[in-house]
Amino acid sequence: MESLIQEFGFLEVDEISIPEQKLTDDLFEVERQLDKDVEVISQKPVSYLGDSWKRLKKNRGAIIGLVLIIIIIFLALAGPYMNSHEFDEQNLKISNLPPKVPALEHVPFLGLDGKDIEGQDTYAVKNVDGYYWFGTDNLGRDVWTRVWEGTRISLYIAFLAALLDLLIGVTYGSISAYYGGKIDNVMQRIIEVLIGVPNLIVIILLILVLQPGIVSITLAMVITGWVNMARIIRGQVLKLKGQEFVLASRTLGAGDTRLIWRHLIPNSIGPIIITTMFTIPTAIFTEAFLSFIGLGLQPPIASLGTIVNDGFELIQIYPHMLMFSSIIISLIMISFNLLGDGLRDAFDPKMRK
Amino acid sequence: MDKILSVKNLSVSFDTYAGVVQAVRNVSFDLDKGETLAIVGESGSGKSVMSKSLMGLIPQPPGKIDGEYIQYKNENILSFSKGKLRKLRGSEISIVFQDPMTSLNPTMTVKNQIIEGILTHNRISKKKAVARAIELLGLVGIHEPEKRINQYPHQFSGGMQQRVVIAMALACDPEILIADEPTTALDVTVQAQVIDLFKKIQKERGTSIVFITHDLGVVANIADRVAVMYAGKIVEIGKVEEIFYNPSHPYTKGLLKAMPNLRDSNSRLMSIPGSPPNLMHPPAGDAFALRNKAPLKIDFLYHPPMFKVTDTHEAATWLLHEKVGQEVENEIEDILLTEEEEKESVDQKVLGNKLLEVTDLKQHFNAGQNNEVRAVDGVSFEIYEGETFGLVGESGCGKSTTGRNLVNLYEATGGEIYFKGERLAKKNKVELHKQIQMIFQDPYSSLNPRWTVADIIAEGMDIHGLYKSEKERRKKVEDLLETVGLNPEHATRYPHEFSGGQRQRIGIARALAVEPEFIVADEPISALDVSIQAQVINLLNKLQKEQGLTYLFIAHDLSMVKHISDRVGVMYQGRMVEIAPSDELYENPLHPYTQSLLGAIPVPDPNSEKTRKKFKDVTWEKTGVEGEMREVFPDHFVSCTEEELEMYRKKGAFELVDS
Repeated sequence: MESLIQEFGFLEVDEISIPEQKLTDDLFEVERQLDKDVEVISQKPVSYLGDSWKRLKKNRGAIIGLVLIIIIIFLALAGPYMNSHEFDEQNLKISNLPPKVPALEHVPFLGLDGKDIEGQDTYAVKNVDGYYWFGTDNLGRDVWTRVWEGTRISLYIAFLAALLDLLIGVTYGSISAYYGGKIDNVMQRIIEVLIGVPNLIVIILLILVLQPGIVSITLAMVITGWVNMARIIRGQVLKLKGQEFVLASRTLGAGDTRLIWRHLIPNSIGPIIITTMFTIPTAIFTEAFLSFIGLGLQPPIASLGTIVNDGFELIQIYPHMLMFSSIIISLIMISFNLLGDGLRDAFDPKMRK
Repeated sequence: MDKILSVKNLSVSFDTYAGVVQAVRNVSFDLDKGETLAIVGESGSGKSVMSKSLMGLIPQPPGKIDGEYIQYKNENILSFSKGKLRKLRGSEISIVFQDPMTSLNPTMTVKNQIIEGILTHNRISKKKAVARAIELLGLVGIHEPEKRINQYPHQFSGGMQQRVVIAMALACDPEILIADEPTTALDVTVQAQVIDLFKKIQKERGTSIVFITHDLGVVANIADRVAVMYAGKIVEIGKVEEIFYNPSHPYTKGLLKAMPNLRDSNSRLMSIPGSPPNLMHPPAGDAFALRNKAPLKIDFLYHPPMFKVTDTHEAATWLLHEKVGQEVENEIEDILLTEEEEKESVDQKVLGNKLLEVTDLKQHFNAGQNNEVRAVDGVSFEIYEGETFGLVGESGCGKSTTGRNLVNLYEATGGEIYFKGERLAKKNKVELHKQIQMIFQDPYSSLNPRWTVADIIAEGMDIHGLYKSEKERRKKVEDLLETVGLNPEHATRYPHEFSGGQRQRIGIARALAVEPEFIVADEPISALDVSIQAQVINLLNKLQKEQGLTYLFIAHDLSMVKHISDRVGVMYQGRMVEIAPSDELYENPLHPYTQSLLGAIPVPDPNSEKTRKKFKDVTWEKTGVEGEMREVFPDHFVSCTEEELEMYRKKGAFELVDS
């Protein structure tokens, strides 16, 4: 038996192509020594997350997003220490220098050769030694250091806001849906009131009261931001709580805590991650917007929004200041959106077009 | 007869992220003019995909259709352009899908949906098209078609919706009608009407019908010829009598033995072990070899070609090769017989004490705006220790709600449930959840997808603290897996890695983990394939014998209920209409509703299906719901009035004398 399989197993057996002489008599006997464990599962074990990761890997956009996010986070952490400049180190003598990068300065069309828009080599004129990779701003601060310092603070605010959104939203949403009835009714009305009040007004009022700063901006965003998460989780839990595995757990005598923490929330993990992935770029944008209109972080603290604001004033003469910070904001937003999209497909293959 | 459609070496594959799935592999068959060809197979056998590919309905990509030809009227459909295919669909070949709810557009009136097809394919005025639509609705048996044509789909009942779908399919007078499980979503009585409609259409218009189903009873009822599909291939094809009375392929034989028979009661079901192969890596030889109880050596090496049994009957099994001698045939017979004998030992059950008593149970749901749904409206019955009480009825009759009341998932609106003489509502909840357990219907949603099988099974033990150490927990889980016939090594796997039947057995193991005395099985097999149903039923029977369990078995499949139950209760619109020992109920149903239910069940036997008269024409006028439960004969209760009671008794006495 074994040898026969080895001998012929590779043949692509088609009905017509089996030569008569291969159908020997001994083949037409009942096979008895078969290891007949028909219940055996041949595939390798895969967990839910492992399976989702496998699907995510096939999505090129999501992987590009993921790689970009990792690079940006790495630079946000390490970037400010890559040269010897401090983010708040001012030197008016070297203000408004265009970017100049070693090696790349010899490639003319990149514009990283230290020449300003009139083609003048500012570095030579101002008699500056060394390189400022992203140039300097109007106070002579190194833009490279400031951009990554700002990215770090922006990301910090975004992650913190997303995390708080998640905690409040998941708790509120699951309680509202799980207990249902009157509790759900009251909790949903509260959400509707919160949605009814314009976001910007709440944020502006809050910042006026609390003084601008990292904590107050984060709080201002969270105070209305969790509503979205709560609604999504509520929908999930409502859908899940009628499923038979939840009923089965109830017939086994499981209590509320067990049902919520062991059954309902683990099964909502997909939408939770996806919503968070979309909350982060929104938070970064909101922070940048607030800083841009002057309600955000105050100098000398850098954030992507404040750098854009600084650069905006000099956009026509020194475009480099605005350019780098805007590119970073765009990259962050695009990559989080790409990853979020990919995660949605990976967690819920049915959603795929 | 003339061939109208001829398929040669058709293959369909799908490119998924995990690999290429070969859903249909080298299928060849002919369809004659004016015949009904039934295609039978389990889910995933490729029957639906195959029929959809006949009219190019497979999305490409990810699908891919290969083959020599699909010949229709001297043309090869495989070489058709998109535009030509579109002309073909609806006007020449049309299709009826399984679920009428999703195949009708809820925002369009029935009229617009029917004339849409007519206007696309014919150059006629809208007025004429509407007239034609009305005519069609009349044909499919909808009363007052002129009025109802302006209604929306939700204003029709399920059976009526399916009739509308059939009318749509017939709108352009197609030559071939493909019906993809058209009755699976319907109740038995409605199913019988729809099947009759298909027969009528075929008779009156000579349409060729390709009827896809997994229900052998329906096949026996409607088909002229049958093709049995397994793992993407046709393994046997022939006239309906040939397939049912002289099956050649081991799979066909197994399927027929796995079906319970309404008429003879005590034969055990023969289960087919295992589950269908993964079509991503189909086995080299006969795909069924691994599940075959007596395979040949060659089955594992080469795929068998189609052998002719008679002119009209072909089967793909090496058993038909000339080299298979009498000796081998005898040997195979021996193996199968010993198997059957092992299962034959059925003991007569001795009924114990009253375990559960339900009196006047009511469960009303508030549907808002003073709209109350009376799901269960005064149901009373008793269940004795060690018996299986079957509860049957059509969808929405309240049978599942009753079951859920018993495990305390709902708080009853009225009435009392006594378990071992104690009021259920007063009982200690912890104790209660240990003593009464439930098995659920849908094996795909009844297991938490994020948990390993070990955690799922051990959940009850975790909650009630039924083990002392991690080691004991693992040991118990492994024992339970073995009890339900699963490999203990799979305890660390996740539910999605198991097939439907295996998942259902995991659900049973979970219920058994707390060592209950009474199990409510809520349609435990209705989501499973025929060959798998028998596995679960046999397992439930085995457990009952070994552990002395008591079951409440809820189902809509009357033949399965009869097979497993000792006594059966029939429910209709939240009320019990008849309770009797199962043989008595099937021999001598008294309530007209029970009679109409029994008359509607298709029997997997073509001859009796053609000659059957008993109860076939009983249609119940839906009276008598207001009656009370009265004992007509010993242990045989019927909901009726005083006068009806007298009538039943007289009739019964008369029949006794008669026989």
